Amino acid sequence: MSGSPLQLDQVSRSFGAVEALRGISLSIARGEFVAVVGPSGCGKTTLLNLLSGFDRPSSGRVTRDGQVRMVYQHDGLFPWRTVTENIALGLRQIKDEREQARQIDEMLRLIRLEGFERHYPHQLSGGMRQRVELARALAGESDILLMDEPFSALDYLTRLRMRQELSRLLDERPRTVVLVTHDIEEAAQLADRIVVLTERPARIRYELSIDVPRPRDLTHPDVVRAIHRILTELGIEQDHSNNSDKASFKTDARS
Amino acid sequence: MSRLRNSTNAILPPLAVVAALVALWTTVWASGVFHESAFPSPLAVLRGGREEARSGRLWNDLITSLFRVSCGFALAALLGIPLGLWLGQKMGARTAFLPIINFFRNLSPLAWMPFAILWFGVGDASAIFLIFLAAFFPVALSTMAAVSNIPAVYFRVARDYGMQGAEKLTQVTLPAILPQVITTLRVTAGLCWLVVVAAEMIAGRDGLGFAVMDSRNGLRTDLLVVEMIVIGLIGVVLDRLLVQLTKISSVRWGYER
Repeated sequence: MSGSPLQLDQVSRSFGAVEALRGISLSIARGEFVAVVGPSGCGKTTLLNLLSGFDRPSSGRVTRDGQVRMVYQHDGLFPWRTVTENIALGLRQIKDEREQARQIDEMLRLIRLEGFERHYPHQLSGGMRQRVELARALAGESDILLMDEPFSALDYLTRLRMRQELSRLLDERPRTVVLVTHDIEEAAQLADRIVVLTERPARIRYELSIDVPRPRDLTHPDVVRAIHRILTELGIEQDHSNNSDKASFKTDARS
Repeated sequence: MSRLRNSTNAILPPLAVVAALVALWTTVWASGVFHESAFPSPLAVLRGGREEARSGRLWNDLITSLFRVSCGFALAALLGIPLGLWLGQKMGARTAFLPIINFFRNLSPLAWMPFAILWFGVGDASAIFLIFLAAFFPVALSTMAAVSNIPAVYFRVARDYGMQGAEKLTQVTLPAILPQVITTLRVTAGLCWLVVVAAEMIAGRDGLGFAVMDSRNGLRTDLLVVEMIVIGLIGVVLDRLLVQLTKISSVRWGYER
């Protein structure tokens, strides 16, 4: 397989008179981790819905190559199913029960929730629930992982841990990832490439690549610099450094 | 050890309250405020209970009433839950049907009594009809509300993992509404038990409601109290039985969140 698993070509999407996205072109490479950040309500989730095929663009083209799994903002686990039964949802293609059970065990080990097989989501902490969500999405064969602010409901420390967890899981189960988030730290700590959107109608304002292997420390100089760049782009911080910081990562400003 | 103490702690206070109530009853009876024929003593009621137990009549009435409630309630659940499922999913149908369902829900089923007798005569059918009316509308409405309140994300997930049609219904919609449906069934079962007694008092030749009327006509206030105690106790037992449904592990989430 070659070519880009996810590609947006001059994609626009309007809801009646409200223009959510305007002329977005984006090509995501296999195995790449792209984070999409932008002001709240700018159409990040719309973008994700287009990528997943849940929604269709008003104009432009979306091409998708591979099976997509989605991780949601709010609890997407079925509360009436146990941890095991929720993860099994991601392994529905596997008909052989023994093989399914084996893979569930493997996912449980991967998210370090052995012993919680028969627990229901409401009996778990927020971080544990989100780990089960990840396990469900990463179980079995899929190629693309779309994440809609997956850690936004967690407390700060748990969020930091979940970033490490996600890095580790992706190391074991590589996927092409698009993460939509309003958390710029999260984007800078996880993504190979960060796409900054403008206010509505959203266009791509700015793109920035970070060539540091994961897992990265939040305080890694490149991560800190990326955060600063994005905040500056969003007009929240001023760029006080005159000798600009283009040294360690490529920036690609668009008009 | 501590479990034993817990269970005695759970049993002793209610027993004390009952004992106090019986003491109050005895005091009022002994004071003679009410005429003997209008206010039976606890002892007279005890004797009445023995009499009823020996004759077996009360037992038959109890079975009759329970049979009617079971039929009416089951019919209401069997028709009301599917209707609620349909209304919950179809916005247009909801708009069309909601006012009339609300109307019937707020119309006391007892008001239907004359028609029930005209249509079905005196007996099982008219009682079952009234019980059905008491339960059908609340069950349909509550199921509808539960369905329309299912978080959209569950259906997104179902779609993501390839669930459609019947599987979506049995694996997502039904388990998602089950906790609320169980709660409604509990409440409406209690309602049905109230309605059956009233229905039989007017349109019955048997059943607990009829027994109450019969005792009244025979001025047997002692038997009246026996019947009241039985009616109340059965109501409690019905509720305790339905509470067991809330202990199913896959519905616990609905009560613990």
